[in-house]
Amino acid sequence: MKMRHASRALAGIMRREMLRFVGQHGRFAAAIVRPLVWLGIFAVGFRSVLGLSIIPPYQTYILYEVYIVPGLAGMMLLFHGMQSSLSMVYDREMGSMRVLLTSPLPRWWLLGARLLANTVTVLPIVYMFLLLARFWEVRPPGLGYVAVLPALTLASLMLGAFGLALSSLIRQLENFAGVMNFVIFPLFFASTALYPLWRLEEVSPVLAGFAWANPFSHAVELIRFALYFQFEPMALAVCMAAFAVFFAFAVWGYDPGRGFWARRAAE
Amino acid sequence: MTALAIENLSHGFGSRQALSTVNLSVEEGSFSVLLGPNGAGKTTLISLATGLYSAQQGDIHFFGYSIRRDPMPALASLGVVFQMSTLDLDLTVEQNLVYHAALHGLPRREATKRIGVELERLDIDDRRSEKARSLSGGMRRRVEIARALLHQPRFLIVDEATAGLDVAGRQWLLKHVRSLCRQGLSVLWATHLLDEVEPGDQLVVLHRGTVRWTGEARGLVSDGTLESAFLQLTGSAA
Repeated sequence: MKMRHASRALAGIMRREMLRFVGQHGRFAAAIVRPLVWLGIFAVGFRSVLGLSIIPPYQTYILYEVYIVPGLAGMMLLFHGMQSSLSMVYDREMGSMRVLLTSPLPRWWLLGARLLANTVTVLPIVYMFLLLARFWEVRPPGLGYVAVLPALTLASLMLGAFGLALSSLIRQLENFAGVMNFVIFPLFFASTALYPLWRLEEVSPVLAGFAWANPFSHAVELIRFALYFQFEPMALAVCMAAFAVFFAFAVWGYDPGRGFWARRAAE
Repeated sequence: MTALAIENLSHGFGSRQALSTVNLSVEEGSFSVLLGPNGAGKTTLISLATGLYSAQQGDIHFFGYSIRRDPMPALASLGVVFQMSTLDLDLTVEQNLVYHAALHGLPRREATKRIGVELERLDIDDRRSEKARSLSGGMRRRVEIARALLHQPRFLIVDEATAGLDVAGRQWLLKHVRSLCRQGLSVLWATHLLDEVEPGDQLVVLHRGTVRWTGEARGLVSDGTLESAFLQLTGSAA
């Protein structure tokens, strides 16, 4: 593989994803409106119900809105990753994926470029949300906005790789509704995005165990700590390991000889 | 030189054998027709040739490069027009072509130049800013031909590209690809339509996953019509 060729292909894939994302006005608007609805309505309603003690990385008692913002940033990455995966299935059904897969580059590179493009398109929206959250008194330190960039990038890559792996399993576009119900919602609700782990442990140790093992929880905690300019090594390790596993699975799934792609192509 | 060499190619899907020990070769600069009724295995053969999935047995070489062991140079030498449209409908004609050029590693300046040349050659230069979604079937095919030729491949595979086109569109497309062949491009034209075959074409008749006949088309029709010879080989109407 020639690096110059590979980098041109990467730029081409990014440009295409950007054009598609910006062109889909509804998706673009939903990406920013969805977390604002959660922050402006759900969080305000829950503020009086849910008391929060002082937990790292916070050093004082915090409003529920402050707690929920990293989780909502994670939610944006999760939904975007899943929609990107949906667009892979759409591309496959519409035939345009053939153009990608018959180009003279290794598939791992092509899939990695799709992942990176997915991340580059979502990060500006997440930053826009983090800045808008300041209107709800969610004001992390200035350096936190810088430190959160690698955390958001890794979390996005990890969740995107998860979506990519899923897309290799999904046969038809219609099956994606099942993904929403059986994958996205459990991942989001059984995590530390909306409530801290100690709260879950009080109510249901089983659910707390699930939330602890859920890679999405670790993505949220990585973002939360980074946003307050702190480092959470466990979350980093889990996110990196999960990314490696999901991406390896996606590459296997799209392998022309071995994966699910080969089997499905026959149908 | 042999442009395409297929050796002992076999592939099955579950209990169904789609291709059985297929052997064929295409010489450089020739126009070869892969003729077979629906379900003969043409699209499977093309999917394997383009590396979309791997053959269970056998190998495919383009200009000596194995699609299995050396896929990058093999795919770089290849332009493909698939049976189903593979344009990104949400992008413009030009954006589709720029995307393809990037995947093949063309520098932006060269890509712009090549896009201009191909769109002009296919007489669709005035449609470059239109969304692919707004184009007719015939126009989409022209864009796909332009795209397949953008990186100046040495071999062009066209899989039933005339399906769904009107008579004028079919004739135009076939004539255009034949003219490219006269300029030195090797072509594998997959079809189930007998009227797309000319006596001087290299013909491969595929039926139920096996090669039933190979050679110059006029050799097959020496004792009658192409239709009768084809029906005899396949036992089906084309």
